[in-house]
Amino acid sequence: MKHDIGLTVNGVATSATVDSRTLLVHLLREQLGLTGTHVGCDSSNCGACTVLLDGEAVKSCTVLAAAADGASLVTVEGLGSEGDLSPVQEGFRQCHGLQCGYCTPGMLIAATSLLLDNPDPAEEEIRSGLEGNLCRCTGYQMIVESVRWAAEHGGAGAVAAAERDGARA
Amino acid sequence: MIPSQFDYLRAGSVEQALGLLTEHGDEAKLLAGGHSLLPLMKLRLAQPAVLVDIRRLPELTALTESGGVLRIGAGVRYRDLEHSDLVRRTAPLLATAAATIGDPQVRARGTVGGSLAHADPAADLPAVMLALDATVVVRGPGGTREIAIKDFFVDLWQTALEPDEIVTEVRVPSTEGRPHAYVKFRQRSQDWAIVGVGVVGGADPRVALVNMAMTPVRATGVEVALADGASAAEAAAQAAEGTSPVSDLNADADYRRHLSRALEAAR
Repeated sequence: MKHDIGLTVNGVATSATVDSRTLLVHLLREQLGLTGTHVGCDSSNCGACTVLLDGEAVKSCTVLAAAADGASLVTVEGLGSEGDLSPVQEGFRQCHGLQCGYCTPGMLIAATSLLLDNPDPAEEEIRSGLEGNLCRCTGYQMIVESVRWAAEHGGAGAVAAAERDGARA
Repeated sequence: MIPSQFDYLRAGSVEQALGLLTEHGDEAKLLAGGHSLLPLMKLRLAQPAVLVDIRRLPELTALTESGGVLRIGAGVRYRDLEHSDLVRRTAPLLATAAATIGDPQVRARGTVGGSLAHADPAADLPAVMLALDATVVVRGPGGTREIAIKDFFVDLWQTALEPDEIVTEVRVPSTEGRPHAYVKFRQRSQDWAIVGVGVVGGADPRVALVNMAMTPVRATGVEVALADGASAAEAAAQAAEGTSPVSDLNADADYRRHLSRALEAAR
């Protein structure tokens, strides 16, 4: 069964035709060409596929694209842009919060959602807030420092804050 | 992994969802957060021909309190419980336990009704609802009925819910001001509990165990001991009484019995 869906992706009104069984991550990567969102475990454990859905972090490997009809999504491509990074992206740059980079898109989105929930998290709160994201390089210490940097330099960022506010409205 | 072919249908109301369940019978499954069902479908452990999406039905998302009873719509998410001042006040055990389920992304999708209907004995909410003495409200073609939580869980992944019924609400008597605790043992932060313990203290204490049988179970040995005036430590020694934990790759049954006593003592 095919579904014509409409959703907002990184601020842009987007329409697509998807199968019932199309997963949100595959819509993003294969139909919309947004390959910044990664597929890691494909079983809702690793968090590499994390995107903001109506301002909240979700694992897009375990959401049906058809069920996201009408939603507003932000992927890593939408957090900021070159020369205008979000505070979380800049924090990962300043504190070397990545090694191989595979988990990074999901980490950035999950950290952004965490900072929307809790703008001033302690180290332990960052660790528990990112428990849904695995780093295969085990570079967690620098990731925690990156999120702490972001908390002290602007927090979740304007794009994400607007998404959360928009979902509440 | 992509699930087998199926038809996705979004219900516009509970009434319409019931109609779709009747129309498609055994071929249909309800979809809410999907964090139990979709992984099973990816692995071909479930292959429903039709999914009926009830996630966004406003009828199922109410979260209110009246007359000392917290009424939780089946579509209320773990995240909603975790961040609700009302839940923290009237059912603090529920808010505490909800904040430990899976991880933040999972908690943004998973729902109260979905967790109870899925009835995994390793899940947190079924045991917590048992400790809270909740009532499950379900609707079917013949109308609405209420099921006491102690009668709701029948066996592994099996409930008293009929195939053509939908969980619409869970009613939780207020435990405002009563002491509570939720403790679980797991090897990694997002893992399921190997064993968990949920407790509502005070007069008439209630203790429920996660993953100590095919269903969540009350630790009646602990409850009786506490009612007889035993200390918490003495009562905790009775935690495994009457349970039938499984042995699996994570832990054998004896270790689970030990954990139930240790966690009960530690809470």
